Amino acid sequence: MTSKKNITGSEALIHCLLEEGVDLIYGYPGGAIMPFYDELYKFQDKLQHVLTRHEQGATHAAQGFARVSGKVGVCVATSGPGATNLVTGIADAMIDSTPMVCITGQVPSHLLGSDAFQETDIIGISTPVTKWNYQITDVTEIPEIMAKAFYIARSGRPGPVLVDITKDAQFASFDFNYTPCTGVRSYKPVPKIKTTSIDAAAALIEKAEKPLIVWGQGVILGKAEAEFKAFVEQSNIPAAWTILGVSAIATDHPLNVGMVGMHGNYGPNMLTNDCDVLIAIGMRFDDRVTGNLESYAKQAKIIHLEIDPAEINKNVHADVAVLGDVKQTLPLLTEKVTAKPYTNWFAAFKKHDEIEFEKVIKNDLHPTKEGLTMGEVLKEINRASNNDAVIVSDVGQHQMIACRYARFSNSKSNITSGGLGTMGFALPAAIGAKMGAPEREVVAIIGDGGFQMTIQELGTIFQTQAAVKVVVLNNDFLGMVRQWQQLFFDKRYASTEMVNPDFVKIAEGYFLDAKRVTTREDLGSAIDEMMASDKPYFLEVCVEKEDNVFPMIPSGASVSEIRLS
Amino acid sequence: MEKKYTISIYTENSVGLLNRVSAIFQRRHINIESITSSASEIEKVSRFVIVVSLSEEAVKKVVGQIEKQIEVIKAFYHTDEETIFQESALYKVASKSLFEERHIQNIIKNSHANIVTVNTEFFVIEKTGFRHETEQLYSDLAPYGLLQFVRSGRISVTKSPMNIKALLTRLND
Repeated sequence: MTSKKNITGSEALIHCLLEEGVDLIYGYPGGAIMPFYDELYKFQDKLQHVLTRHEQGATHAAQGFARVSGKVGVCVATSGPGATNLVTGIADAMIDSTPMVCITGQVPSHLLGSDAFQETDIIGISTPVTKWNYQITDVTEIPEIMAKAFYIARSGRPGPVLVDITKDAQFASFDFNYTPCTGVRSYKPVPKIKTTSIDAAAALIEKAEKPLIVWGQGVILGKAEAEFKAFVEQSNIPAAWTILGVSAIATDHPLNVGMVGMHGNYGPNMLTNDCDVLIAIGMRFDDRVTGNLESYAKQAKIIHLEIDPAEINKNVHADVAVLGDVKQTLPLLTEKVTAKPYTNWFAAFKKHDEIEFEKVIKNDLHPTKEGLTMGEVLKEINRASNNDAVIVSDVGQHQMIACRYARFSNSKSNITSGGLGTMGFALPAAIGAKMGAPEREVVAIIGDGGFQMTIQELGTIFQTQAAVKVVVLNNDFLGMVRQWQQLFFDKRYASTEMVNPDFVKIAEGYFLDAKRVTTREDLGSAIDEMMASDKPYFLEVCVEKEDNVFPMIPSGASVSEIRLS
Repeated sequence: MEKKYTISIYTENSVGLLNRVSAIFQRRHINIESITSSASEIEKVSRFVIVVSLSEEAVKKVVGQIEKQIEVIKAFYHTDEETIFQESALYKVASKSLFEERHIQNIIKNSHANIVTVNTEFFVIEKTGFRHETEQLYSDLAPYGLLQFVRSGRISVTKSPMNIKALLTRLND
C-alpha cells in the first residue's frame, strides 16, 4: 500500500497510474483536464504522454498498445468534445474486448447539469459501450475507483472503462492511500470450471470423425497460446481462425487451416457445414464469421469454450459449453484427447485449398495482369519481414487482404478493428503498437479512405518518431463498398470514388521519408527500403482500382454459399 | 412464443445503473412494460423488477447481458405462475361524488380498496392487487370523474427461495 499525505486529486491520479505500472498514456489536453496535465508536467520522467492530434487517435493508439502488449491502454481527454471524441475508440475496444482505461475531465461538480461550457454527459453517452464507467466528484474516491477501473478493464473478458473526474475533484487535496483492487463482490470475471463439461467435450471429440477447431481472440487475451498449441497438436484437429484470433499459432503451423468468415478461406468455410464436431475456442460466432445462422454448422455438435457466460447460446446453440478461462480449460481438455489421423478429413481441406489457390490466391499473389494487387504487397511485406511483422490494418478490402495473406510467427501480431470496423483505426493504432512492442517491426496497412479519417496522426508520428511503417494501398475508391456496389447494386458506384491528394507530399509535409510505387518492378525494392529504415516511413502503393476480395460469403448467405468469383 | 416474464435484478446501489440496465433493453428494441427499483431484503442491495413480453430464448439472453454488468449481483427471470406479484393504484376523485353518489360507496366497499385521505375537495382511494382488479376499479370510478389516476409498476417476489445472501457471502470470500 502506497501513501501520500495531503496531495491533490490530479497528483493522486498520476500515482494511481504509476501504481498500476503505466508509463505511457495517450491524450489531448483541454480545460477540464488541465489540473491533471499540470501535474503530469512534473512527472514527465516517469509517465510519458503522447499528444495525438485528435482524441479518437488517442483511443486507437491506446488500443494498439494494449493489443500488442497485453497491458491496459490508457488515454486521457477533456470534457465535452474531448470526451465525445473518445466514443468511437471506446466502442471499438468494447466489441473487440480490449483492456483500456479512459480518463476524462469534467466540469466542476457544482456546474453538473447546468449546460456549462464543454459539459457533456459522458457517463450517459459511454454507458452502452463501456464495461464499466464512473464519475468521480469527491477527491477521496480517486484511489479506490482507479484501482477498480484497472482491475475491471483487464480481468475476465477485458474491455474499456471510463472514469470521468470533475475539475474540483482534481484540484482538491486529501491523504492518498493506494491498494490494488483484487475483487468486486458483484463481478465474477472468470466462471468456475465444471469438470463435467470437460468430460462431455472430450467425449464428443473422441467420437468425432470430422472435427474442426475455430479459435478466436480469447486464446490471445487469455495468454493461452502455448496451451492452445498443445491442444491442437495433441488432438491433431484442423484449426481455423477468426481475424482477431490469428497469430495465436504460426500461420505455417501444419494444423492451421486458415481463416473463417466472410472473406475467409474456402476450405474452413465450406467444411464448417461438413464437420461433425465444431470446437469453438474463445470466439463469439460473430455474424461475419457465421453468415446465415439458420444454415451454420447445423449438422455438427458444438463445443464452446468461453469465459463470458452471456456468449453461450447467444448466436449458436452450444451442445457442450465449457465455461472458464481457456488457459485453464484447454489443458484439462488436452489431457483427455488422443490424436487421430483424420486422413480423409485433412484431404478435404487440401482439395479446397487447391481450388482456392487456382481460382483466387494465384491471381492475388502471382498476378499476370499489369496492375498491382493488394495481395502481392502483403507477399512482399511477408518476405521482407521474414513473416514476423506486427500488421496493423484499417477497415475494408486491404484489411481482408492483410488478414488473408499476412503470415505470422508470433502472437499478438494482427491488430485490426474486427467487431466495430472502424475506418481510421490503423494509423493511430500502429503508433500505439510500435510503442507497446518497440523491438518489433510494425507495418500499418491502410486504404486511401481510412487513411484520410485519421491522417492527422502523421503529426504524432513525426513528433514521437515512432518508427511505424505506413503502407497506403491506394485504389482511389472506398474499395469494399465499391465491391458491394458492383456485386449487389448493379455497379452504381454511389459516393465511393475518391479524388485523392498527393499522399507522398502530405507525408513529406510531416517531414517523413515517403515514396510512391506504381509498378511491380519497383515494389520489392521499395518495401525493402522501407523495412531497412529505422525511422517512420510512408509508402503509397497504387493498386488496381477495381479489384475484388474473394472468396466472399455474401451478407446473409450461408458459409457454404461462399463465392470464389 | 412471447410470454410475460418478470426479471428480478439484485444490484449494488449505484448511480447510473438504471441507465445501464435500461440500455440493454433499448438496444434490442424491447419495450419495458413496467420497472420498479427499491431496497431489497439485503442492506445496501437494490432490487429491480422489470416486466417484459418476450420469448424465453430472448429473455434468457437479456438476463445474460444484465448479469454481465459489473454492479449486477444476480438476475433471474420468472413466469407469472412462479411469482407472487401486485401493483398499486391511486385514484383521486372529487369529494362531492362521494357524498352525492351512494353507488360509489358500494364500489369502494366491494373492491376492497382503501380510502387514503378525504377532504372537502377530493378523496384518494388506494387499491393494491392484480392488473385486472385495479383496471376494474378504474372503469367503475371513471363515470364519476377521475381527477387523477396513477398505477405503480409490478412488484414481485418469487415462490422459490432467492439465496442472494449466501451468494454474496460466497462472492465476498
